[in-house]
Amino acid sequence: MQKTTHLEKLDCDSLTLWRGDRCLFEGLSFQIGAGTAALVRGPNGSGKTSLLRVICGLSPPEHGAVSWMGRPIQHQRQAYAGELAHCGHTDGLNAELTPIENLAFFCVLHGTDSANGTAQLSGLGLDAYADLPVRVLSAGQRRRTGLARVLAAKACLWVLDEPFTNLDGEGRRYLTDQLAAHLGNGGMVVIASHQDPEIPVEQLLTITLGGRD
Amino acid sequence: MGPALLAVVRRDLRIAFRRLPDLASPLMFFAIVITLFPLAISPEPAVLRQIGPGVLWVAALLATLLALNTLFRSDFDDGSLEQLALSQQPLPVLVFGKILAHWLISGVPLVLLSPLLALSYDLSSNGLRVLALGLLIGTPTLSLLGAVGAALTAGLRQAGGLLALLVLPLMLPVLVFGARATTLAATGQDPAGPLYLLAALAVLAVTLAPFATAAAVRVSLE
Repeated sequence: MQKTTHLEKLDCDSLTLWRGDRCLFEGLSFQIGAGTAALVRGPNGSGKTSLLRVICGLSPPEHGAVSWMGRPIQHQRQAYAGELAHCGHTDGLNAELTPIENLAFFCVLHGTDSANGTAQLSGLGLDAYADLPVRVLSAGQRRRTGLARVLAAKACLWVLDEPFTNLDGEGRRYLTDQLAAHLGNGGMVVIASHQDPEIPVEQLLTITLGGRD
Repeated sequence: MGPALLAVVRRDLRIAFRRLPDLASPLMFFAIVITLFPLAISPEPAVLRQIGPGVLWVAALLATLLALNTLFRSDFDDGSLEQLALSQQPLPVLVFGKILAHWLISGVPLVLLSPLLALSYDLSSNGLRVLALGLLIGTPTLSLLGAVGAALTAGLRQAGGLLALLVLPLMLPVLVFGARATTLAATGQDPAGPLYLLAALAVLAVTLAPFATAAAVRVSLE
């Protein structure tokens, strides 16, 4: 990990988000520091993805603010982007490009070395598929490529939307190991999941959404 | 900033060359419209000379509009646009790279094809030259202006008609000055005035459109 100081902290302060005439969450506050994971739980449609998008700065909340190191993220968009790796439920991969090409492009966007992306693909067992266009890959292989993208970013904060979906047992184990290593190095993770994934960390913050119509 | 711009251009060109049919259809449209007009209206050289510049420019404008739909659509659908917005690189630079790549694959072929297609309108050699020059200055402006609308409508399912309504009014000056420059040159007059205005529009679009497009991308992603 690039930066492992304990100062780095994500602070979500009384977030409120409406979708149409439905309130997804109201006055939601939490903080996470180095080595902490936050698990966002809740049934389908309870606003897990929306919360993750707010944390990333993709959608603004109706009320409240997300701060990174004490400053609102919209005032330091590029600096925050450098600390953040996001994998949404779409994997962010172009279907015509191969996994290697997708990752090389992403590494340029994140200012990291593209050899890094190749190494992550090998780690996830995608060597044999690295030269095929993403459109011919299976859903699980795409998810692995999307996760390789997150691992290659060398970011401090990982924001993962249902990362275990479509992964087989071995893939889940690999991801769990990577999460443990990342958190052990002082990284931070926000995971949305409607299941109960095993997250190997003592400091696990659980945020439960939903239960409101 | 430079490497990021280059990376976007290379990525988009690579994707475009792997989807050649998408690339060819606006060009085919351009060629078909231009060849059909003489057949439908009149084979009289005098008539053709008169309508030629206008028809060529209208066809170029519509072909650009047709190509614009694909600018952000696939990136929006597969989540790449989110990744661009969450990148460490400035978003205006990245969208400028996308627009540049889009112009290279949709605008440059129009510029190259236009003198050949214009032969059927019996334009003078000076007219052909000014037509190509005008399109060379005008088509980047069309792509840049269109990109703002394409970014705003990227998230909408049926946006084809809306995109045209949004960006056509902005594109009209380019059409007016472009067609005027070609007409002047074809009739042996000095086309400098409208060409300078086209160039001024191009500079304005290059300066402002990337920022407007980046803002529109962020709105679409909300």
